[in-house]
Amino acid sequence: MNWRALIRHETFLALLLVLVLVVLSFQSDRFFTVANLLNQGRLMTEIGLIAIAMTFVIATGGIDLSVGSILGLVAILLGVFWQNVGMPLPMAMAAAIAAGTFAGFLNGFIITRFRVPPLIATLATLALYRGLAEGISQARSVRGYPDWFYVLGQGEVLGVPTQLWILFAAAVIASVILAYTRWGRTVYAIGSNEVASRFSGLPVETTKLALYTASGFAASLAAVIFVSRVSTTRSDMGTGIELDAITAVVLGGTSIFGGRGTIIGTIIGLCLIQALKNGLSLAGVKGDGTIMLIGAVLILAILVSNIFERSGSR
Amino acid sequence: MTAAVDLPPIRPRNGARRQGFLRRLFADYGQECVVLGAIVLLFVVVTFINPRFVNTNNLITIFSGNAYIAVAAIGMAMVIMTGNIDVSVGALIGVLATIAGTLAVSGYPIWFALTAPILVGMAVNTVIGVLVAYGRIPSIVVTLGALSILRGGLIGVTGGTWITDLPPDFLIAQKRLFSIPVPLIFMIVLTVAAFLWMRYSAFGRSIYAIGGNPEAAVATGIPVERRLVSVFAIHGAFAGLAAILFATQLQVIQSTVPPNLELTIITATVIGGVSILGGTGTVIGSTLATILFATIGSALIFINVSAYWLRAVIGLLILATVLADMLRRRGRA
Repeated sequence: MNWRALIRHETFLALLLVLVLVVLSFQSDRFFTVANLLNQGRLMTEIGLIAIAMTFVIATGGIDLSVGSILGLVAILLGVFWQNVGMPLPMAMAAAIAAGTFAGFLNGFIITRFRVPPLIATLATLALYRGLAEGISQARSVRGYPDWFYVLGQGEVLGVPTQLWILFAAAVIASVILAYTRWGRTVYAIGSNEVASRFSGLPVETTKLALYTASGFAASLAAVIFVSRVSTTRSDMGTGIELDAITAVVLGGTSIFGGRGTIIGTIIGLCLIQALKNGLSLAGVKGDGTIMLIGAVLILAILVSNIFERSGSR
Repeated sequence: MTAAVDLPPIRPRNGARRQGFLRRLFADYGQECVVLGAIVLLFVVVTFINPRFVNTNNLITIFSGNAYIAVAAIGMAMVIMTGNIDVSVGALIGVLATIAGTLAVSGYPIWFALTAPILVGMAVNTVIGVLVAYGRIPSIVVTLGALSILRGGLIGVTGGTWITDLPPDFLIAQKRLFSIPVPLIFMIVLTVAAFLWMRYSAFGRSIYAIGGNPEAAVATGIPVERRLVSVFAIHGAFAGLAAILFATQLQVIQSTVPPNLELTIITATVIGGVSILGGTGTVIGSTLATILFATIGSALIFINVSAYWLRAVIGLLILATVLADMLRRRGRA
């Protein structure tokens, strides 16, 4: 690896993250403490899991807008399976996650079999899955889960929030798959040129089907962690989370047209957003100011990276 | 209007094939026909179950309460036809409605309160258009950022409070002209005007050209970047008009717009037949699709289905329409 390999979006983003961390820790003494940072990790796990799967989807040139609705649906199903159907909780968790994974599979099926553009297909299922969640729940919430269930969302393992281990494991596995396996290369190939990939004999449809299924699975896992963290289920859970996840992915340098992107970039993007949210609120900036800043950072980051890329390639 | 480019008409006029009128209509406006058919079918079925459904008052409530969505969908249709997208329009409508309301209650003249949102909408979307056309940032990224900025700004400025005590003259969406509700007039006039403009003006045709094949559009001499900025600005003006209808339909202006409003608008556009890949579709389709959604919502109430199932039914219907469209296109290919 020579120094030129370091001139890339992820490096600039990492520098920006360091800068933000330094500035924010000067603004408030409570920001750069282990307890606070770990707690922030807890809060970003759900978006993180979804964003990791979304990185793959966007790298193929696709998009999945239905993840927030799958999250809501799985949360509702978890409550219903456990309380109304009377399943034991572990079984209810497995069944709800299976249902959410199937929802992702259905997205992939519609996209690959019927050749519906991903944006349209998942826009439709966004309405459908959220509608199912609302219809099934009839606006009732489910509470009162057993204590052991909260370990997932509120507990700690070896002093680190439980779900952060899950996010960490997911990030490592996903990085390895995307960067070093034939399967990961296929993802990039599809994103760069789908027709050429098909002619090269790559399993385009199978790969896409698997990715949307994985995206559904990630959203389902996030749903269970979400329920465990906030101790209740509601049908509006996860509304708008798809846009947060896409923001993290795109900020992390994944091209919305596909063919380019890394998991590490997504994770840095995620950390940057979470650091801004938390650091600014500790520094006394109101939440809405932070949202605005994240929007501006997103546009500027892509603009700057575009300018660098153009000057670099010529 | 001076024609900068000479694009061929959609299909050559052929008087000899007069008998194929219906077939031609269906070939050119297939999706519009499907949506219209769905609306008619829905009306027939629901009226059978509950005859009170076709009551004039009910129909007017359905259509005029959703007119602002149809108006916003016109601008969205133009943006999507160029192969772009705007996910920030819901937040923009919220901001513009708040601007209109604030001006109206602070004693500014009514005409000013009603024009400011249109101008501000154009200004905001011009910036978005410049970033897309000249900054070469994909529109979904720019508008995702704009969504955050506008949403944050809206909460920051209003602090979540509602605007009340609106002057009666300001509430134009509640008025009637020749006993027709104003929002309905807005919806119909704007839809027809935009449809004709896009079909027959050189500018309108260039929107289709850019979406159909950007490189060919450049080769034809269409100033693609400038047109893109203009299309976004026009979209902003429609968002302003939609915001005015939204702001004046009730006695108060809520500081929040319906959640996922941008997705409703995009969905209406797409179900109406505008291809997300750009280059095809009409605004008649997007308006019909808005009417379809509104009809479904009201129909569920009349046939005693819990309102909680509304979104599931709409989602299923969207899916069915999309699949039908895909199968139809494949059958023709």
